[in-house]
Amino acid sequence: MSTDVVIRPGRAHVAGDRPHRRPRPKRDRGRVLRLYVPLGLYLVFTLVPFYWMLVFAVRPSGSTTPVPWPITFEHFETVWNDIGYAVFFRNSVIVGVWSLLATTVLAVMGGYALSRFRFRGRTLFMVVLLCTQFIPGAMLLIPLFTIFKTLGLINNLGSLIVADTVFNLPLSVILMSGFIAAVPFTVEEAAMVDGCTRLRAFLAVVLPQLRPGLIAVGSFAFIHTWNNFLFALMFVSRQDSFTIPVGLSYTIGEYSADFGALAAGGVVAAVPVVCVFAVVQRYLVHGISAGAVKG
Amino acid sequence: MASLRRRAVPYLLISPTVALIAAFLVYPIGSVAYYSLQNRNLTRPWADGFAGLENFRRMLVEDELFWQSLGFTAKWVVAEIGLQLLLGLALALIVNESFIGRGLARSLVFSPWAVSGVLTTGIWILLYTPGTGVLRFLGQPETAVLGNLDTVFPAVVVTELWRGVPFFAILLLAGLQGIPGELYEAAAVDGAGRVRRFRHVTLPHLRDAIVLATLLRSVWEFNNVDLLYTLTGGGPAQVTTTLPLYVAQRAIDSKDFGYGSALTMAGFVILLFFSLLYLRLSRFGEDR
Repeated sequence: MSTDVVIRPGRAHVAGDRPHRRPRPKRDRGRVLRLYVPLGLYLVFTLVPFYWMLVFAVRPSGSTTPVPWPITFEHFETVWNDIGYAVFFRNSVIVGVWSLLATTVLAVMGGYALSRFRFRGRTLFMVVLLCTQFIPGAMLLIPLFTIFKTLGLINNLGSLIVADTVFNLPLSVILMSGFIAAVPFTVEEAAMVDGCTRLRAFLAVVLPQLRPGLIAVGSFAFIHTWNNFLFALMFVSRQDSFTIPVGLSYTIGEYSADFGALAAGGVVAAVPVVCVFAVVQRYLVHGISAGAVKG
Repeated sequence: MASLRRRAVPYLLISPTVALIAAFLVYPIGSVAYYSLQNRNLTRPWADGFAGLENFRRMLVEDELFWQSLGFTAKWVVAEIGLQLLLGLALALIVNESFIGRGLARSLVFSPWAVSGVLTTGIWILLYTPGTGVLRFLGQPETAVLGNLDTVFPAVVVTELWRGVPFFAILLLAGLQGIPGELYEAAAVDGAGRVRRFRHVTLPHLRDAIVLATLLRSVWEFNNVDLLYTLTGGGPAQVTTTLPLYVAQRAIDSKDFGYGSALTMAGFVILLFFSLLYLRLSRFGEDR
């Protein structure tokens, strides 16, 4: 199903003598009131906060102009070098990438089992995956802390990688099973008839078609991990192991007079997720329909 | 032999996921149940031991903050979900229309979805703190909205809407795109206007998506701690403390694990009860 082709009844029949021009909608004013005005208002609500952060990040301290020019990068130098965002950023990237890899690999395995096999316990597995959505991470801080303490992973980025992967996994497996189910089994079967093993058939035939699914699941995992705050706050207390959200929360607390540093830290936190979001947003709606409809 | 190996394949594939869920989700829940019956405080290890139902008695009888946080949690979830449903549905209907620049408009209005709770706090503190905000340009007098008992609730609700509406809209847009276009055509042929098409075609088809979205988001908003923890810290005067925030504060700040576990159990029971009730009442997934 293509998500961009929308059948619009009552629009297509005007094309006659001037086919090069788009047919004009009949009730233009109604459309403006119904569509563009609310959309415009909502865009203002969405974008003004982002703009405000950018303004503070590039405006010299003490200035109050709403349109900063010339811009300065002094706040970025402060947060990156003096406050330690270079270290926080590196830690967040490590945790995010490892969790992305682990989540995606395990989601492909679990999703393949769910979509290609009818095995005893399959329904139970599905129910457990869905039930985990009701388990709040905040409520498990206490026992998880105890477990990671026993494992010697407190103040270690490993605890964050494990915890974030576990909380990313259930939805990722369901989502991935939807994407795999959308690839017809017959192509895989044909490869196996040609002498491929099941694994080789999967790698050679199915995996290339899973690109949108891999991008969607991987990006969700990365964004969730990048944004996770409470686990990092609870399991890591040494500053050289801080992740970006923890660093940012301390900037909010300690530098509340220095809004330039706060805003610059915010921009540093936002840039990676905004880039990932720009890639993933095309798959976002489609990914959710695939997971929800076929899961 | 070959068929035995074949039958083992799915179990091998799901085994890592099952192991991780068992070790880091199921076992912790069991241990929360166990700790809730214990005295366990990392700052006072000499007093650890079996407590029976003492933690629960303390919670239900002595702890006013428990009841207050429950009340605020209900208010918070109802306000957020009601407004997110309304705005999210409107937004989904708008970006489901075809117009020039729709792809860009979608990216922009959905973008706060990717922003973390802490970053949301950082951004909105720049708007709310006196002397920095945009209220100045709207000609409003600037006050400390987050420190004022009258304004703190609307302020935190609007902040969470900024981040919460996009995901609601994404879920509903996915539902909207599953409605066959012919149905609208048929309804238009039958002379149904825009409002009647919405009532009789769109809403019935969206029902499962709406039920699922409201449920998922309610659980999510119930459990949402990052934003309130960093934006208000539960204040002023603890009026914006939700139950999970209270638990997190107990765990992080006072290290009182026994009592925190009792609070957690209360949270589980409440969440489970309302989720089942909601699924029952909404008759989710039943054929109509």
